[in-house]
Amino acid sequence: MTTTRERGAPARAPAPDSDRAAYRATLLELARADGRVWCLDSDMGGLERQFEAELPGQYVDLGIAEANLITVAAAVASTGVLPFVNTMAAFASARALEQVKIDVAYHALPVRIVGTHSGLSAAHLGPTHHAQQDLAIMRGLPNMTVMTPADPAETVRMVRASAYLPGPVYIRLGRNPTPPVYTDDADFTVGRAVRLRTGGDVTIVAAGALPVRFALDAARRLAAAGIEACVLNMHTIKPLDVAALVEAAETTAGVVTVEDHSVLGGLGGAVAETLAEHRPARVVRVGVGDAFCSRPGSHEEQLAQCGVSRDHVVRAAESVLRGRPDVRISTEQGESP
Amino acid sequence: MTVETVARSPEGAVDPAALSRTALAVREHVLAIGAGAVGTHIGGSLSAADILVALYFEVLRVRPQEPRWSGRDYFVLSKGHASAALYSTLAERGFFPRSELASYGHPDGRLMAHPTPAVPGVEFATGSLGHGLSLAVGLALAAKRAGRANRVFVLLGDGELQEGTVWEAAMSAAHYRLDNLTAVIDRNRLQINGSTEDRMRLEPLADRWRAFGWQVSHADGHDFAELVPALRTPPAPGGPAVLIADTVKGRGVRHLEHRKQSHFAKLGPDAYERALAALRAAA
Repeated sequence: MTTTRERGAPARAPAPDSDRAAYRATLLELARADGRVWCLDSDMGGLERQFEAELPGQYVDLGIAEANLITVAAAVASTGVLPFVNTMAAFASARALEQVKIDVAYHALPVRIVGTHSGLSAAHLGPTHHAQQDLAIMRGLPNMTVMTPADPAETVRMVRASAYLPGPVYIRLGRNPTPPVYTDDADFTVGRAVRLRTGGDVTIVAAGALPVRFALDAARRLAAAGIEACVLNMHTIKPLDVAALVEAAETTAGVVTVEDHSVLGGLGGAVAETLAEHRPARVVRVGVGDAFCSRPGSHEEQLAQCGVSRDHVVRAAESVLRGRPDVRISTEQGESP
Repeated sequence: MTVETVARSPEGAVDPAALSRTALAVREHVLAIGAGAVGTHIGGSLSAADILVALYFEVLRVRPQEPRWSGRDYFVLSKGHASAALYSTLAERGFFPRSELASYGHPDGRLMAHPTPAVPGVEFATGSLGHGLSLAVGLALAAKRAGRANRVFVLLGDGELQEGTVWEAAMSAAHYRLDNLTAVIDRNRLQINGSTEDRMRLEPLADRWRAFGWQVSHADGHDFAELVPALRTPPAPGGPAVLIADTVKGRGVRHLEHRKQSHFAKLGPDAYERALAALRAAA
């Protein structure tokens, strides 16, 4: 079968301010320093030229065959190689899911699966290339660490931190340039949320580049209205930072989650499950509604159509403070063709 | 018992009678497992038994007391449902005590009905079909790039070849010229619903593998004089090899042979005794 990709797009290097570009540069840096670090590619573009020129022994292109790609990665990892698998989030989480589940997760092998074009970041490419379920899928797999960075600088820290974790890792990246969130070299610890803003009224928990941006912008708008929001960058979805969530629930009126992902089973699901067990609190999920997003548009336009924008975050925070979640924010948005 | 089998030349001496005795022991274990609490995939275990015995007793360089020895030849049982034959062969070869075979499927044991790496000698969990050849490709690629001499063997069921991932893997093995990789096909011509050719045609099977860039050879999968040299012979430089081993589902128990009903069975006491008697009578 044919898989539509970004063929025919104008040849241009990705902007250096995308998390994809940051990941590629960091992977090369890791591979230069350690011969065990390999890149297993799937005709994705962007890595082949430099790897084949500099580190051909550490580069394998398995072509357009993602299931075989994942299993080959598991097998080479079993011999001591540290493979980074380069594919799209949609293919890693759905097309090759059984291979990820059995060959990687069940064997707890140190395979780093890097899925680009996550969420709706493939935008106009449509639901075939959207990955709005990958967090839910990947965090359901035992042994899997699941992370998604807020900006290119955090991507660098995350990719470095992932390289020597003992088990499998899923790193969820976008496609498009994203503005920086961090102005300095912040600490990065797998599984530890980063508090980007303090505030005692409501907590906004976000994951991924645009969601974190929306959370910070919404917090500024709320502040103008006299509402102080704490903003947590939950870059690790699994293992989730339970302590940070419990603290948020104890010190603020409730929690808003923001993600470029279905409201079902991703960050919002993880946060709601965790708080329900550890410290029941009001949770409102801002995420992609339970529908496919099939109208063309930019990434931000599509997200807004599907229920994720600065406005949605502001309204969600207000509804938390009113003590009455606005259910329209979460599951009724979006539309099917 | 020898600690390590060193790969021998294709012409090296083979004692088919000794191998047949071992294969008989393996088949007896398979029937005993089939008569246990959970039953097992008897037909495909009996068709694969001679291939496994040939590999583990005449071909693979392995150290049963050191299953993860870095110099070992790798074996992946892609048709993981033949776990009873694999476990029985591993036990006969000394990877773990024969007595452990009685724990197959028991909650306090480690012998799951599909192989898991918790069992000494098992490289990967298999059972969902269509994964083993990709695993073998990864092992062969890593060994080749590291300059290691390990050979990689993988045993596939013939029905399993209907999984599309097999052909993704086949393409990649030829592309990367993995001449340290040998695939073996247990060509017993039966799948659950009947003949492979009636259900989802595989022929012309050899031509299909050749078209994917593989060296193809054939052997009688129950004749050690053919099997052992064919398995010992490494692929010619430049690409992977596949051995199509013609086998019989249920081989060794006359009333189970060529019968799709032998695919999975839980043998009651009478059926077990009858099968065991038939096996011994034919040996």
